[in-house]
Amino acid sequence: MPSPDLRLGVDVGGTNTDAVVLDADDRLLAKAKVPTTPDVTRGIEAALAGVVERVDRARITHAMFGTTHATNAVLERRGLRRVGVLRLGGPATRAIRPLFGWPADLREAVSAGERIVHGGIEFDGRELSPLDAEAVARFAGEVAGRADAIAIASVFAPVSDEHERAAEEIVRKELGDLPISLSSQIGSLGLLERENATVLNASLIDVARGVTSAIAGALEGNGLRPVTFFAQNDGTLMDLEFAIRFPVLTIGSGPANSIRGAAYLTGRTDAIVVDVGGTSTDVGVLVRGFPRESSFGVEIGGIRTNFRMPDLVTIALGGGTIVTEDALGPESVGYRILEEALVFGGSTPTLTDAGAAAQRFELGDRSALGHHGPLLAAAIARSDATLADAIDRVKTSREAVTLVAVGGGAPLVPEDLAGTSEVLRPDHSDVANAIGAAIASVSGEVDRVFHPGAAGREAAIAEASSEAIERAVSAGAARDSVEVVEIEEVPLAYLTDPAVRIRVKAGGPLAWG
Amino acid sequence: MELDASTLPALARGCAILGAGGGGDTEIGLLASLQAVEDHGPVPLVDLDELDDEALIMPCGGVGAPTVSIEKIESGDEGGRLREMVETLWNRRVVALMSAEIGGSNGIIPVVWAARIGLPVVDADGMGRAFPEIPQVTMEIAGISPNPAVMTDERGNVIVFRATDGDWMERMERAAAVEFGGMSWSSEYQLTVGEAKAGAVVNHAVSLAIRLGTVVAQAEHDPVEALAREIHAARLIVGKIVDVERRTTAGFVRGSATIEGLDADAGRTLRLEIQNENLVALERKRALAMVPDIITVLDSESANAISTERLRYGQRVTVIAFPCDPIWRTARGLELAGPRHFGYDLDYAPVEDLHALA
Repeated sequence: MPSPDLRLGVDVGGTNTDAVVLDADDRLLAKAKVPTTPDVTRGIEAALAGVVERVDRARITHAMFGTTHATNAVLERRGLRRVGVLRLGGPATRAIRPLFGWPADLREAVSAGERIVHGGIEFDGRELSPLDAEAVARFAGEVAGRADAIAIASVFAPVSDEHERAAEEIVRKELGDLPISLSSQIGSLGLLERENATVLNASLIDVARGVTSAIAGALEGNGLRPVTFFAQNDGTLMDLEFAIRFPVLTIGSGPANSIRGAAYLTGRTDAIVVDVGGTSTDVGVLVRGFPRESSFGVEIGGIRTNFRMPDLVTIALGGGTIVTEDALGPESVGYRILEEALVFGGSTPTLTDAGAAAQRFELGDRSALGHHGPLLAAAIARSDATLADAIDRVKTSREAVTLVAVGGGAPLVPEDLAGTSEVLRPDHSDVANAIGAAIASVSGEVDRVFHPGAAGREAAIAEASSEAIERAVSAGAARDSVEVVEIEEVPLAYLTDPAVRIRVKAGGPLAWG
Repeated sequence: MELDASTLPALARGCAILGAGGGGDTEIGLLASLQAVEDHGPVPLVDLDELDDEALIMPCGGVGAPTVSIEKIESGDEGGRLREMVETLWNRRVVALMSAEIGGSNGIIPVVWAARIGLPVVDADGMGRAFPEIPQVTMEIAGISPNPAVMTDERGNVIVFRATDGDWMERMERAAAVEFGGMSWSSEYQLTVGEAKAGAVVNHAVSLAIRLGTVVAQAEHDPVEALAREIHAARLIVGKIVDVERRTTAGFVRGSATIEGLDADAGRTLRLEIQNENLVALERKRALAMVPDIITVLDSESANAISTERLRYGQRVTVIAFPCDPIWRTARGLELAGPRHFGYDLDYAPVEDLHALA
């Protein structure tokens, strides 16, 4: 009997659902690409059915899922819960209201009301001001019925989550089992970015539940019982239960996966990777085989967060992007591409139609494009210029670079694009994302305050590092190949007994056998 | 010129560049100022020449730890409280606010307060960059008294200080800032327009910051190059941050960042010595630039300045250095803010003597 040694990589995009099966030596054994369905489940089921029939399904022991659902939900303001936003920091922090600077339409879609109440923590763990329990209860009462979730962010929550926990309890009493996201569980230092990420997390609960239950159903429907993981921001894996509670952490997993997948498919270690999906296109950079990480907080749909993610330029441009006289997107027909696009007999001009008119795609019925010629020609020119601009923005030097085009919409990228020396379109590039998910590593993270004392900074970092490595190993990483991939230290100023917050992340490939 | 939603983003970028890594995160100041002008209307930026020589200017800003200021944001009422107490102590009206420190968040904070209390901001500052200590201002060099100083917190506490000199003011205010939770807001060295015109301030500092921010935002190809040319800066290294060390001693975040060269600079290693600001750039123990000249770490692609508290492993950066205001190169200026003041056994050498500037 063959040993259980296969893993499934699945990417659930806004337009297509891709699945691949790799063996223990990372060989691609099967792949499938099907349209994402409105209920998500049937699309995943179909993609799984497309691959498992070509392998011995009993040998599939692990399944890794990547999804752009959360990102698309934010970009398109779709399926978002209305969140009551509670900041614990008054009378400080009033100079910047919660959600100030958010795009007006996103704020409208997400916010059920915002309030700053007295409370919060000082850098050294003291109270900034006593928590105003009455004001917390009053706010909960006011948003009752309007809010479907609550986000709570306290000043210096990474130092102490005491006020956030206390406020959570009060809100829980008032509003029952409404989902509550606490900033202390989500982000690091930087109140506004952490608060933003917490609000997004709370608003994405339904999106996450929808995707995870669809996945569970689809696995069962195909008679599969693998250990299931979700890819997160940095391209490493987290378990399913964690993904439901922290959907915002799946934002950015798509790009990380596609960049890793592009490296796998081309054997290149340095290139610019363009992942053209149905709704959006991500332009990222492959450096020594890994995605380059951003040096600033990453923006999602115009909102600053403090996540470390692949350094990306995301543009609202994809195969399903709707073309009109005066605009290219950001609306997309998404998974309805096979019904809506002109070449497929629909009535909505899309970028796929523009690609077909420009002879970049060999698909559908080109005669259906009819009188839309000039409109589509203008759209493809606009798309090329937008792409060239995005590529220029991620480049580190003026030298022409290798460009790897992946994703279902890869043919939209022209052969000859300003600033590139060559454009590679590897075989199987349409499932780069799913491959990236399948080869993703497992990580472990430590994030807490150390008092280095006499032993010094190196000893504290060493302690944090070995803890992070142990966590990665217990999460499933192979011990002999786990490495520390990230170290960050932030001192808490003005203390007589020096304290430093150290964050260490370790990661490595999944252990087999 | 008016400070409003169209000019504030450029001001914030420029303040970060002039901040030499310090003065606090400008993003916070930018958002706070945008909210203030949205709620209360734009703030006039006035030239010293537009004001009466006898009129009183209130320099102001924040005192505290950068790591605290990205969490504990101001309430917005601090400037109004400072003005009230300064006017009471002087028994005179304040005609305009002035940033004590154009570098970093402190370059923008006065706009937040000015919008709320309906006063203009004067196109000048007390440093032309950022410095960590209270007496490190051009007013001190010009012989203006730091007294009376007023400090407040976000809760509404107010302290009035009368110190025997700038160093004592620093010691007392620093102690109070620690008690207030690492961040507080203050005014020292109030002066008349006549004194400011006589050379006690760095004139046109606010419009310079706006100009630098605009150059970066509008650069067509290489914003780092465009900025270096505009400001006559030396490019010390183009590389990647490979280590960041921070520790806290005597109330300041000290530390260092190590940058390994990339591309043309491959094989080189630069070490930045930090005390809230970037103070000295060293290569094999040789100084490439030093305080009071301005050393700024830029994101290599966007030319956004990266503040010391946001330096992280792996960032691709270009380190630039450019000349400080000439007043800092006087004997008194170097005594207050030269390399020896910060504990480095180095004789000051101007950046333009060490490098050919862009």
